[in-house]
Amino acid sequence: MCLAVPGRVLSLTEGDFMNRKGEVQFGGIVKEVNLAFTPEAKVGDYVMVHVGFAISVLAEKEAKEILETLEEIGALEE
Amino acid sequence: MKYLDEFRDPQKVKSLAASLQAITTRAWTIMEVCGGQTHSILRYGIDHLIPEKITLLHGPGCPVCVTPVEMVDLAVEIAKRPDVLFCSFGDMLRVPGSKEDLLGVKAAGADVRVVYSPLDALRLAEEHIEREVVFFAVGFETTAPANAMAVYQAAQKGITNFSILCSQVLVPPAMEAILSSGLNRVQGFLAAGHVCTVMGYRQYEPLAAKYQVPIVVTGFEPLDLLQGLLMCVRQLEAGRFVVQNQYSRSVRREGNRRAMEIIGEVFEITPRNWRGIGEIPESGLGLKDKYESFDARKKFHVNMPEVSGANSSCISGLVLQGVKKPFQCAAFGKTCTPEKPLGATMVSSEGACAAYYRYRLEK
Amino acid sequence: MAKVNDKFELSCPFPFTDYPSITIGHGGGGKLTSQLIEKIFRVFFANRYLDAGHDGAVLEIEGLKLAFTTDSFVVNPLFFPGGDIGSLSVIGTCNDLAMCGARPLYLSCGMILEEGLGTETLSRITCSMKKAAGEVAVQIVTGDTKVVDRGKGDSVFINTSGIGLIEHGRMVGPAAIKPGDAIILSGDVGRHGVAVLAQREGLQFETSLVSDVAHLTPAVLSLFAAGLEVHCLRDLTRGGLATSLVELAEAAGADLVVEESRIAVSEPVQGACEMLGLDPFYVANEGRFVVLLPQSQAEKALSLLKAKEVSAEAAIIGAVSSSASGRGRAVLKTPYGVERLLDRLSGEQLPRIC
Repeated sequence: MCLAVPGRVLSLTEGDFMNRKGEVQFGGIVKEVNLAFTPEAKVGDYVMVHVGFAISVLAEKEAKEILETLEEIGALEE
Repeated sequence: MKYLDEFRDPQKVKSLAASLQAITTRAWTIMEVCGGQTHSILRYGIDHLIPEKITLLHGPGCPVCVTPVEMVDLAVEIAKRPDVLFCSFGDMLRVPGSKEDLLGVKAAGADVRVVYSPLDALRLAEEHIEREVVFFAVGFETTAPANAMAVYQAAQKGITNFSILCSQVLVPPAMEAILSSGLNRVQGFLAAGHVCTVMGYRQYEPLAAKYQVPIVVTGFEPLDLLQGLLMCVRQLEAGRFVVQNQYSRSVRREGNRRAMEIIGEVFEITPRNWRGIGEIPESGLGLKDKYESFDARKKFHVNMPEVSGANSSCISGLVLQGVKKPFQCAAFGKTCTPEKPLGATMVSSEGACAAYYRYRLEK
Repeated sequence: MAKVNDKFELSCPFPFTDYPSITIGHGGGGKLTSQLIEKIFRVFFANRYLDAGHDGAVLEIEGLKLAFTTDSFVVNPLFFPGGDIGSLSVIGTCNDLAMCGARPLYLSCGMILEEGLGTETLSRITCSMKKAAGEVAVQIVTGDTKVVDRGKGDSVFINTSGIGLIEHGRMVGPAAIKPGDAIILSGDVGRHGVAVLAQREGLQFETSLVSDVAHLTPAVLSLFAAGLEVHCLRDLTRGGLATSLVELAEAAGADLVVEESRIAVSEPVQGACEMLGLDPFYVANEGRFVVLLPQSQAEKALSLLKAKEVSAEAAIIGAVSSSASGRGRAVLKTPYGVERLLDRLSGEQLPRIC
């Protein structure tokens, strides 16, 4: 359930809490996304978007760590 | 696409599958809670890549599949009203009610529109002040903040021709219902990554401890699913039962504070009827009295219809609970197909049965 | 908490078998559409031409081989990035003729206009048709116009029927498909569907993507001119690549096995599909086709196709194998080596949240 897609924040429109929005890029398309739940999101950040709302800012560090762990697992297999 | 392609890398998938094979010494039954995870598993063939000793069960993590017939009937009744502009996510259009579905009533002339976001429905209300816009607010905790925000914004903006038909459900009570059932076979869970993005995973800690099952918060891409399974099996093999977070790039233990705040502002916990399972107390969300003017049921004075003892070969309830697999159903693929679904699991693009039907290579 | 009753009372709705009226799903090109065709149209219309199950009918009249086809265009919005209903109505039908290996010659044009349609809009559409006809070198030689009351038509519906000349001796169609044939796809998938979706109310997003509407005749005819033994051609339209593969597999009674990693999907299409939960293999195209021909001629076909702009990104995506059961299937090999059955969609592909 809960299809959410990672997208890159291209620009922000500040507003009050419920109206903070951003232009978010998914692959080759751009859509306006409500950023009320991710006040910490900055231009250049990646956010997980579900039904037009960003629900988290993706932690690059965590993602890198996981991929590195998997690299190690791969190396061990060889 | 960044944060997607890397988590689908075939080389890494192969390595992970091999690691999983290497550490699995016994048979384990693991349930992935989320329908999106089921979809991913079957689309990428993950179940073909994992050791045979591991049985994957598909959980009731699909709001489409667990939305009761009565709720669809209510939606259909409201949609038929000439003053109503009924908005819904695409998923709900083909879910059968007791006589009709939303697609059918649309064909008969009702104004039913597919929207991507609840805010689209709100916008329609602003653009069509002469109509009553009703939004079918289904979803798990992932969708709750968005649905809540639509109502909150409507209240703030003084929009009166907008209401929601609320069919929000909560995951942990469903997991507990499964775990406490005498028929339970689940030994470990892959918890829903996007639900936990919103809610965090504190709620799962008491469950893991009480029922002694490992719970791994897992993402949706092939690498996520395999790594989640790896972490779960490691715990099972070692006799551990804690909550772990595989989906750390999106999920934090405390969840998303602002999202939870808006849920708490607009919704309160209610009992909820689950298709095929029955009523689970404190398993749903309903609008607080403060926001009752946005409750479509109250606005249109409609009550939950009584569903007369439907008797059919649909076992979607058992499939949803993981007690049976789709191919164990006598009707699967014969009298029950995606065009003529007997139950919601066949209708949802990723209800367990439709996923099997679409993705399984006939042997 | 209270224990849930273990004895589950199944509360599934009484199954309703068929919709009493036509739904949007019936136009999706999926199972509902084929059900409609099988249960109503084929019951009343039956002959060997329809049995061939191809895009157009091949007619032999006094030694002359003609292809004959028809198509109706109901696209909304009328004007989309990369084309409009007018250009589509000309190009689409000519492409269907090309799929029979025919050179398109003449088209008819039937217009159903909704009361209230702006005459300026109609002029724009007609002008676009003229331009497209010029590019394809066809003549629109006969037509008809009707007007319906406001509310009874979606601005404009266009039907075009076309006649083309077949100048080679080959029998091109699903019946000619043989195990061992290579399957070539002329380019990336999903552009048209996504370009149109981007304009649709409730789903708007920004993209520089344009529809892939393009006429395929020169690319196709170059294969015949080179004397290649083309077995079958199929242009991908609504229902996407997957649906076309399923249709061909069933009509041919053979298995079409393609590799996911060889099927190109552009970034904008991927982005839109990920966001909306759509499968790009089921998204509409208007300028893409598949060619099935002997493996030994595949490389030659590829170089001929790549020389034409419309098929510059052509690639071999799979091969035909014989079907054990006789019931042809379309199979997709995932990048993980797992095989997945492709089937028609049930109705229309709808955006999902779940």
